[in-house]
Amino acid sequence: MSMTATPEVGTSAATIGHDVVVMTRRNLVHISREPQQLSDVTVQPVLFTLLFIYIFGSGITLAGGASYKDFALPGLMLLNLTTSTMGTAVGLSTDLTTGVIDRFRTLPMWRGAVLVGRTLSDVMAAAICVTIVAVTGLAIGWRPNASFVSVVAGFAVPLLFSYAMSWLCACIGLLSQGPESAQGLGLLFLFPLAFVSNAMVPTQRMPLILRTIANWNPVSAVAAACRTLFGNPNPSSTIHAWPMQHPVAAALIWSLAILAVCAPLAVRLLRRRTTS
Amino acid sequence: MPSDAMPSDAMISAQGLTKQYGETRALAGVDLEVPAGTVLGVLGPNGAGKTTAVRILTTLAVPDSGSAWVAGHNVVTEAAAVRRSIGVTAQDATLDDLLTGRQNLVMIGELSRLPRAQAVVRAKELLAQFDLTDAADRVTKTYSGGMRRRLDLAASMVSRPAVLFFDEPTTGLDPTSRLRMWDIIRSLIADGVTVLLTTQYLDEADTLADRIIVIDHGRVIAGGTSRELKAQIGGARLEVTLAAPHRRAVAALKPLVEGAVHISEDKRVLSAAVGKSSGLASAVIRALDAVGALVDDVETRQPSLDDVFFALTDQPTEELAHVSGNGARP
Repeated sequence: MSMTATPEVGTSAATIGHDVVVMTRRNLVHISREPQQLSDVTVQPVLFTLLFIYIFGSGITLAGGASYKDFALPGLMLLNLTTSTMGTAVGLSTDLTTGVIDRFRTLPMWRGAVLVGRTLSDVMAAAICVTIVAVTGLAIGWRPNASFVSVVAGFAVPLLFSYAMSWLCACIGLLSQGPESAQGLGLLFLFPLAFVSNAMVPTQRMPLILRTIANWNPVSAVAAACRTLFGNPNPSSTIHAWPMQHPVAAALIWSLAILAVCAPLAVRLLRRRTTS
Repeated sequence: MPSDAMPSDAMISAQGLTKQYGETRALAGVDLEVPAGTVLGVLGPNGAGKTTAVRILTTLAVPDSGSAWVAGHNVVTEAAAVRRSIGVTAQDATLDDLLTGRQNLVMIGELSRLPRAQAVVRAKELLAQFDLTDAADRVTKTYSGGMRRRLDLAASMVSRPAVLFFDEPTTGLDPTSRLRMWDIIRSLIADGVTVLLTTQYLDEADTLADRIIVIDHGRVIAGGTSRELKAQIGGARLEVTLAAPHRRAVAALKPLVEGAVHISEDKRVLSAAVGKSSGLASAVIRALDAVGALVDDVETRQPSLDDVFFALTDQPTEELAHVSGNGARP
């Protein structure tokens, strides 16, 4: 997966690792200095969690009288994670439209670090985001009901998905003309993805087409996987679609499939964008 | 594409570089050579191909044909080795706006393979050298234009490269910042590095470069030392503005100037190269008065880039032509 057009580069694993660390650190500084990005992973998770649980929760009755709070919290993790991966698209697009990418290109660095550093810093931000959702949930009475290992897995699975999604958003960023269009394109894609799912409401009463899409939506699989792993109510378990029957496996397959497609694609797109 | 051994011991060398961007022919066969420890000034108007040439030499673009070597490495087939030898200051500052000046320099140091501790020390040195110590821990976004250029220049010096590329280092700077940049660049040159510098300003090339080439429409149209070029252009310029066009004004001026007399589109401004002679302005006015031409203004000045182009191509530069509404050249 060499990023340079020159075959003679002896890019060792150590230099690759070093460059990735430098770029990741740089991007984390960016997140801390960019109010929009910072709020995406700090304020927005609290706001979404409280709004959805108290507004939607007041109008939704779950089968069997399960608590909406317990149902919704894993879904809110997914909602926040999915929408905040837009940061990858916007950040990368900003790098490409400012002169800084030219600076990187004239340095003897491993060029793939631009992508890997970006996605790693974004998954770290995602971890903060998920933690904030969980803490907010705990504060208002959400409780996981499973073994410690299972709960840890319940955090790991959505983070893996978020990492995969950030490669997908990297592609969006590489395809757009600038940060604004990256944001527009990202919203257009990520909002339906996040909402046409079982994240906030059970899918059973959706119209057939939406229900079918929702049941096969990767976000639904990951949300259902979270619910299963946290031991929270999971109404999707009665749906016959394969991902709803095997949510953890489906979540992992989706994540790895997105990674397998989007990572090489992003590398190619970056090469195309930076070759002239 | 030929990629044989480098043809000479020059630090920077290019042969027959061409580059097409869509319909635009950015480079139409550029040859250049910069011996080690010297400074080449690449002079030309906007869109002449200067930046394209720099982008190819700094591995940011690949030529359609032709070949180039920097520090003994082919820019296409040995790009990584070239990158280890060069420092680049691009026309648009290539800084990270959200990092502080210090963080920018440390990051570039680390990506240039300096250990972190050394990168930190080097950043501190450069911030002091470029008079940015006070602003070191401010986010670059808040820097003035002059400060950004200085930081960008510092960034290109982080790994103490043997070859430096400056693409229009003072374009858009106010006169004070410009003079300050010149001082900084001069001190870098004094350290014995090899420099390729592009500029739109003749005085800049004059003051900083050992040799100058003039590029227009993707071709090298002249080259030499500043003295040789000036000889071609013909020293100072005389510019006479008449109250109204006059049929015999050119003939009256002719004996007082060197070479051809240039006439502006509205036929009121006459210009020509002149030698050093005392009482020139008086002589000009007397001569024009004798043929009955009414003079509004007489001015002598040092040759500008526009004069270089008058002299070399008999055409004004594209940009100036555009500004003064003369339209595109044929």
